[in-house]
Amino acid sequence: MTATRTDAPVTTASKQPSEETEPVGSARSERISALVQQHGALAVLMIVCLVASFSFDSFATGDNIGNMGTSSAFLAIVALGMTFVIITGGIDLSVGSLFALGGVLAAWGSRHGTLVALLLPLAVCGLIGVVNGLLVARSRLAPFIVTLAAMLGARGLMLAITDEGADTFLIGKGSLLAELGQGTTLGLGNPVWITLALFAAGALVLRRTRFGQHVYAVGGNEDAAALMGAPVARTKILVYTLSGLLAGLAGALNAAWLASGVTILGNGMELEAISAVVIGGTLLTGGLGYVSGSLVGVLLLKVIQNVINQIGSLDSSYQQVVSGAFLAVVVVAQTWLGRRRQLM
Amino acid sequence: MAEATLRTAPLDKARVLQWLQTYGVYAGVAVLLVVNIVITPHFMSAENFRTQAVQVAPVIIVALGMALVIGTEGVDLSVGAVMALAASVTALYLGYGLLPALLVVAVFAAGVGLANGALVAFVGVQPIVATLALMVGGRGLALVLLPQLEDLRNPSLASLGSGDVLGIPYLILIATALALLLAFVVRRTTFGRQLLAIGDSRPAAQLAGLPVRRVLIIVYVVCALLAAVAGVLATARLQASDPTSLGNLMELSAITAVVVGGTPLTGGRVNIAGTVAGAVLIQLLTATLIKHDLPPSWTQIAQAIVIVAAVYAARGRGKR
Repeated sequence: MTATRTDAPVTTASKQPSEETEPVGSARSERISALVQQHGALAVLMIVCLVASFSFDSFATGDNIGNMGTSSAFLAIVALGMTFVIITGGIDLSVGSLFALGGVLAAWGSRHGTLVALLLPLAVCGLIGVVNGLLVARSRLAPFIVTLAAMLGARGLMLAITDEGADTFLIGKGSLLAELGQGTTLGLGNPVWITLALFAAGALVLRRTRFGQHVYAVGGNEDAAALMGAPVARTKILVYTLSGLLAGLAGALNAAWLASGVTILGNGMELEAISAVVIGGTLLTGGLGYVSGSLVGVLLLKVIQNVINQIGSLDSSYQQVVSGAFLAVVVVAQTWLGRRRQLM
Repeated sequence: MAEATLRTAPLDKARVLQWLQTYGVYAGVAVLLVVNIVITPHFMSAENFRTQAVQVAPVIIVALGMALVIGTEGVDLSVGAVMALAASVTALYLGYGLLPALLVVAVFAAGVGLANGALVAFVGVQPIVATLALMVGGRGLALVLLPQLEDLRNPSLASLGSGDVLGIPYLILIATALALLLAFVVRRTTFGRQLLAIGDSRPAAQLAGLPVRRVLIIVYVVCALLAAVAGVLATARLQASDPTSLGNLMELSAITAVVVGGTPLTGGRVNIAGTVAGAVLIQLLTATLIKHDLPPSWTQIAQAIVIVAAVYAARGRGKR
């Protein structure tokens, strides 16, 4: 999907004259564009939260916030991996299936101890991620199609394990795994702490390591990155592996939280994750993105969901309409801001 | 020259891949037909062919629109949602008669296509994201309009779904007519050539003065309208509107049919006959596995393998 990338210069060229007439304000407006692109979602999140806490008494309660946090955690972990993939200019449609597969494998493995329950989903989902990465990087197949096939394949595998979805594996109460999903530390659910730790690590890796630099370089301009000696193929394989691992882990934690591996989960999760990443300011064309933005994007989606539930009289189907409209508005704004920045 | 290459390297990899990409889908359909005729009991019955064809018709119709979009180096994820939307709208307006209901459906679908097309052509949003928004929002809207499955009792709708001419169901006739029409448009009209030129290189098409935006918008509107047609036909066949599951994963089936049929995702080429064959191939594969009591999970895994194999065969024939 390189349509917009190849197309951007032409649009740029056609609009340049009008921009050149006002060179004085351009540096400032570039800064503002960048700021809105990076932190716009955070501002919207704060406004929505503020309005919601005044409008609904039950919104700003500890219980509600705790619930929102825990239920956001799983999507956030998936979105973290997706952020890396999207910054390299790719996309991973298999995460929803890997999430479900990870949950089922964790629940199945929990009868052999917590270690198996955690390692099994990581191993299988990580392996599928490796295959995704190999096909994208070495065979140069479109990420969209490769991960689409992985999405079908992983869901098929999960259905095969669970006897076409008929078997449900339970996780024993009181086990370490159950504690990991259901327990709380300092009043916040353990999944929330795990998510925060993962995001801190993700931000560090992206901003402070050579691998992080390579991720941005590959997404910015693959050919230039290769010429500069960045290991393009290895970087791509690693990001898809990471995405698979995180989706599997999120699934395992979710299963621990629910105390069972639920087969119908994860449908459409890839779209939610992509939406969150895009809302958070990461460009789908690659090369530019923020881990923190994806976290804000996830929270924003969950808060909208929560607000619609709070309204009560509103059909929950409106949630999808609102999310879709929201995504459209954000994407238009992002494209517009991105183009403004390219013009400068 | 070509004969020389053939003699020195009888199993030249590139040649095999090229052959596979052009004719692989037909070969696949032929192989599956032969295999089924040999091993599947009652496969060679008119009733079975009719069932298979009626089931695949909506997929073909959606895939035709998808092929045009992919020809412009785009993709349309919202087709499944449009099918659901068409079902809901049909159910809501059926009281005024079938034709008025269909007109309202067309207006809704054109609106979705217009929104997709405008985002892609004017705002410059990547097609996958532009259509993602309506994929999420469209199904939501379908559910808002009609929250649950609803039986539809309308004689004209029923006859649309199950009627036939000389034993050939309307669904198959409509799918065939649309395929022929689009094959003509792609091969023989200026619009078709402009579409392919845009898919080949949008900047070049722009520089050449082609009406890039207009063509893109028309392509997305046509894709949405075709999805709506498929949605109405599926609704007519089921005689029920099912906004939750109608068209679920249809975008994936359609993309698979297009890609398996030899249309590259990189745009610039559209293979209509291949797209139809691609949809038939997937249908036959699914039917074969189901008829031999293999669980549905196997079909998904098999479909995944077919997709990767098809794209792998098409590798290197695109622009890169």
